[in-house]
Amino acid sequence: MMTEFTCPIPLAEYPRVLLAHGGGGRLTQHLIEKMLYPSFENPLLVPLHDGAVLPPDGGRLAFTTDSYVVQPLFFPGGDIGRLSVHGTANDLAMCGARPLFISCGLILEEGLPMEDLWRVIVSIREAAAEAGVQVVTGDTKVVDKGKGDGVFINTSGIGALLPGLDVGPHRLRPGDEIVVSGPIGLHGIAIMALREGIDLETEIRSDTASVYPLVEALATAGLDVHMLRDPTRGGVSSALNEMAKRSGVGVVLDEEALPIPAEVEAVCEILGLDPLYVANEGNFLALVAEGQGTRALETIRRHPLGARAALVGRVTAGHPGVVVMRTKIGGQRVVDMMSGEQLPRIC
Amino acid sequence: MKYLDEYRDAPAAEKLLRQIKTVVGRPWVIMEVCGSQTHTLLRYGIDQMLPEEITLVHGPGCPVCVTPVEAIDQAVALAGRPDVIFVSYGDMLRVPGTEKDLLSVKAEGGDVRMVYSPLDAVRLARENPGRKVIFFAIGFETTAPANAMAVSLAHRQGLDNFFVLTSHVLVPPAVDLIAASPDNQVQGFLAPGHVCTVTGYREYETIARERRVPIVVTGFEPLDLLQGILMLVTQLEEGRHEVENQYTRSVRRKGNRRAQAIMTEVFEVVDHKWRGIGLIPRSGLRLREAYARFDAARVFGLQGIACQEAEVCISGLVLQGVKKPPECPAFGTDCTPEHPLGAPMVSSEGACAAYHAYRRQETTDFQNDEGRASARQSRRQPEGWPSVVKDAGERVG
Repeated sequence: MMTEFTCPIPLAEYPRVLLAHGGGGRLTQHLIEKMLYPSFENPLLVPLHDGAVLPPDGGRLAFTTDSYVVQPLFFPGGDIGRLSVHGTANDLAMCGARPLFISCGLILEEGLPMEDLWRVIVSIREAAAEAGVQVVTGDTKVVDKGKGDGVFINTSGIGALLPGLDVGPHRLRPGDEIVVSGPIGLHGIAIMALREGIDLETEIRSDTASVYPLVEALATAGLDVHMLRDPTRGGVSSALNEMAKRSGVGVVLDEEALPIPAEVEAVCEILGLDPLYVANEGNFLALVAEGQGTRALETIRRHPLGARAALVGRVTAGHPGVVVMRTKIGGQRVVDMMSGEQLPRIC
Repeated sequence: MKYLDEYRDAPAAEKLLRQIKTVVGRPWVIMEVCGSQTHTLLRYGIDQMLPEEITLVHGPGCPVCVTPVEAIDQAVALAGRPDVIFVSYGDMLRVPGTEKDLLSVKAEGGDVRMVYSPLDAVRLARENPGRKVIFFAIGFETTAPANAMAVSLAHRQGLDNFFVLTSHVLVPPAVDLIAASPDNQVQGFLAPGHVCTVTGYREYETIARERRVPIVVTGFEPLDLLQGILMLVTQLEEGRHEVENQYTRSVRRKGNRRAQAIMTEVFEVVDHKWRGIGLIPRSGLRLREAYARFDAARVFGLQGIACQEAEVCISGLVLQGVKKPPECPAFGTDCTPEHPLGAPMVSSEGACAAYHAYRRQETTDFQNDEGRASARQSRRQPEGWPSVVKDAGERVG
């Protein structure tokens, strides 16, 4: 944790980020050499070099990019730094790839407390170690006060496809079984509860985590995985709708089976939100061949991150492009894509 | 989850459904007045589980939907002023005015903020003495006491930079209007449980007696609605027209006296225009003279804003239960949650939004997974379903 490391920039001298920290001059060099390079140190990261030179792999690669603008920067269970590593590592995992390298582009707002930047950098370092990726290149810019929101981060990532895994919308078939690897709605509700000042007896923590080990476990178990998706923005509902539309299949969900923690349900009831549209950052949907759902579930549950995994539905030939849920009381309804944003209702 | 799961219990729901099927003998048209009830009915698929004799029509009980377009235009005009912090409940932000909605004003640089409680708006006024804080006080009798309390608090704290733009409506006059209408097809009403928690249900007793319609004060969970429907159908079959209270865990006949007292202290009853329906006598609230200095409409002189509704929108007929959302020519085509023409497509309580979200116009029952969609009722199916997620709003990533 943070104790092993103290901020290398003398805080008395530079308590806040200055425009000059992104100006390309002495202060930029200071920031890179004192803070960034030692934090991410690895053989491929060369200070003040324009890019990273990567070793040849021979296999197929996955490449992805994502930007992180979360507010607030620090929240129960994580922060923007942790999120920016896990998010991109998870996108690679969802391609069926082992995350290897990431880049880290920082856009800082003038006046950001140096201590906050340091916390974010330490988080990136820790998350990268957890996810098994190396930060091999990066960039830092500083924008005028009022033109940013503390810290924005862009990370791109490269991963090596796991042999024997072929995942994508083209592989979805009627009969495929759907497993969700962990509880639904924790990240989005942790952020919203914090922002709206909703006090609960138990703190809701973001689920942000690298899910690659679970993907590797599925591949190692020899399961026929057809599709992987992390239900981040837009939640489980939007992820399933996109799949159904793209692949021209239907999806049936069982409301009773969905692993929605009581505290998520409670906040959703208070704010008038639907947990199926709430963002997740540490779980994924695995669609496996018919008859393999139970084995996939057992495989995922063996890992601590997958302890609350559940078999939640299946793919059908009927109602292509439409996700239907059997409700708790035995009725059914269509679970549509989210429109616009979820707005809290009046009463 | 405790106190909720009990009201979403599948065996109990089945039992109530069986009882409804046993009791019902003739076709009946029932209106659930409140938009939250509409959403529960559609969200749990209750509308499709009921016997065919029962037709549900959806009422005007969506506060966002019935707020007149003039009020939205006034809000838009105020929110664009540089000296103003405009504060609103979340689902008002996307309701279209004549030219734009409040989110567009925010995008253009207006200081528009969302709160969960009007007391947050009072706090903002206290924290920003140099700016004028205007709260968009809308809603039924459910939100009126809290909004009254905010005005009363601002008064006691001597704030001179807090204002409310009010568009408050009262449910009983609207129910009475529908029940008394010559075109009325509604034979029984499920009255809104939360409104009655505040007001009690003595006013509904007059309506039931004079219009000879049964009314059941009903809650919002699946079992509440099923039980409310059972009680209403029982009355209809027995030829009774009384007010009964299904929502006894929350509603008393005389309501919440303290909430009523603060409402009466701050507001007076006036004639009010409902979006899509028109002027209903004594159906709205406005600030009393003693609180006039908090009334944004009076202080900022907002008369003469010309406004216009989308011509094609039939939200008035939808709100009165005369038509269902899919009968609108714009439903799902020109009017979608991404580009709403009328307010019922915006609010989480609006009937059009509910039909759109749960895709009721397709009315296939999905019992059959192999695609042999059996149409329970045939309705027009609009083409080109939007599948765009515009903006996740909350920055969670």
